[in-house]
Amino acid sequence: MSEVTYRQAINAALDAELAADPDVFLLGEDIGAGGGVFKVTDGLFAKYGAERVFDTPISEQAIVGCALGAALQGLRPVAEIMFSDFTAVCFDQIANQIAKYRYMTDAQVAVPLTIRMASGAGGGFAAQHSQSAEQWLLNIPGLKLVVPSTPSDAYWMLRAAIRDPDPVLYFEHKFLYGRKGEIAAHAATPALGSVAVARPGTDVTIVASQLMLHYALEAARELAADNISAEVLDPRVLRPVDVSGIRTSVARTRRLLMVQEAPVLGSWSASVVALLAANGPAPWSVPPVLLTGADTPVPYAAELEAAYLPNTQRIAAAARKLVA
Amino acid sequence: MMDITASDSARAAFPGIEPGDEAALLLTMCTIREFEVEVQKLFAQGLVRATTHLYQGQEAVATGACAALKHGDTMTCTYRGHGAVLAMGVSLSRAFGELLGRGRGLCGGKSGSMHLTDAPLGAMGSNAIVGAHLPIANGLAFAARYRRTDAVSACFFGDGATNIGAFHEAMNLAGVWRLPVIFICENNLYGEYSPVHATTPITRLADRAASYGMPGVRVDGNDVLAVREVMSAAVERARGGTGPTLIEAMTYRIVGHSRSDPGAYRPAGELASWIERDPIKRSEERLGARGVAPGMLEAIRKEAVRRVTAASQLARSWPPPAAEALLSGVYA
Repeated sequence: MSEVTYRQAINAALDAELAADPDVFLLGEDIGAGGGVFKVTDGLFAKYGAERVFDTPISEQAIVGCALGAALQGLRPVAEIMFSDFTAVCFDQIANQIAKYRYMTDAQVAVPLTIRMASGAGGGFAAQHSQSAEQWLLNIPGLKLVVPSTPSDAYWMLRAAIRDPDPVLYFEHKFLYGRKGEIAAHAATPALGSVAVARPGTDVTIVASQLMLHYALEAARELAADNISAEVLDPRVLRPVDVSGIRTSVARTRRLLMVQEAPVLGSWSASVVALLAANGPAPWSVPPVLLTGADTPVPYAAELEAAYLPNTQRIAAAARKLVA
Repeated sequence: MMDITASDSARAAFPGIEPGDEAALLLTMCTIREFEVEVQKLFAQGLVRATTHLYQGQEAVATGACAALKHGDTMTCTYRGHGAVLAMGVSLSRAFGELLGRGRGLCGGKSGSMHLTDAPLGAMGSNAIVGAHLPIANGLAFAARYRRTDAVSACFFGDGATNIGAFHEAMNLAGVWRLPVIFICENNLYGEYSPVHATTPITRLADRAASYGMPGVRVDGNDVLAVREVMSAAVERARGGTGPTLIEAMTYRIVGHSRSDPGAYRPAGELASWIERDPIKRSEERLGARGVAPGMLEAIRKEAVRRVTAASQLARSWPPPAAEALLSGVYA
């Protein structure tokens, strides 16, 4: 199969599910004829029309609430929230409504909806358009949070998300939209998935997703030149959390480096370290390292944003220190 | 024993009464009233946890509005939602069971008073976040439109909800998409403890509909027939594809906001003047004027008490949920 971009993979997954299931529909701001601000839904309005692809007002609560009501009736809405930062303006619908409807009703209803959104830093979008909002949502049972890093995962995980009976929040890293790769062949849509080994290794385990995963892979290539063998893991699904794959890897390498864009407090990386430390014997021989974004809002100026974010060099340096 | 509901055909007990007769609506209202009185007793006995938001005085709104719905329609409401849920025909015993935290309660003991839901009957959720269910009601209406059914979505909320953002986002989307939804604002004059005039710069909340391109109608919410009439017109508009309606039903809760509220903020004489306009009394007077015998009206009240007492007793006999229920239902 020829290579496609991460953006094209997402578009193809939406196309495939729209074609496969008449209960699937899209709604969001400027996703119709406009194709979305990141052009992810380009061409879908032309193909499926106003009966399946709905432009909405700039009303995130109305978008998510409408998706929820439709899902309660068995439809499979795919809502787009333009930037993940905007989950803050519909936080009630996400935290109190979609996440809890199934539980509060003792499973009288299912909530088979998907919310797609662009997240992540690195492009100078500054403090209100660059955050990793998945971190805010970790403490909400009932949600599924997925962070695909490659075109193949972007494709298959979105198809799985749309078919999933639970609400899935699907985070698209805006810096990966142009990244190319092949879409793996599968006879049937795989389940959402769990931790994947992005690069096998023996000396240190590096866990990172999305843009940070690609930096970690670059760092691993640099480290290989110094005879350090880094195993790079891609979590793919942040919630429900499954640390068994990470524990297995760290039990072998005895060293753990967690990398993420977001600040550390209350984050996924911090939680994973806590879960590994608290349940069973410590898998590491030296304390794990958390390499994270600064404890600040994301700044605008290129120099400041670069100082905020982990990068390839910092990942490689942290790994070298761990194995020293 | 068979489940009993507030809206069970009155015919079983009263062969002369047909569904839709005012006497049948009266039985539903009386049953809701007695349900709430029983809830107060159960709360006082420590059998109902946390708090309750009771509906006494507003029974005509839910009863009249839900009487205009048919099977397949949906209803969403607030945490003062016992009345609307019962008016949809929900089992009285399973409703009590939920308030008592029993495994056979409507939601398995996971929701309590504020989240009563019976999806198969179209009671799609009572919501404890002010205004949050208006966007969801749009989605229920959207599904009907998408599937080309003629179902409508009825959404009850209070006057206080008209000042929260979700109200405006939902009204706007319903207006621009002409969704088959009926917004029923139960204006009971107080948002929690605050009078409407202290929080809202207009007096006629139905006027807010104009901003969203839909009709706004004000109705005497203590007159069950008047409520049903305006609701029927709104339902007809929605089924016909003409779009949403905002109904403002003027009513009054003759109890406090919640268990902790003695209602000391009410001006002198206000409560008494509304008790004079009590919706049950109004229907009884009208039926009496039409020749229904006082004995019949008394029998309807007694039947409501009988239904509620039997349901409460049954629910109290049920065990609490099994401990494993804690972890079930978070994900499919």
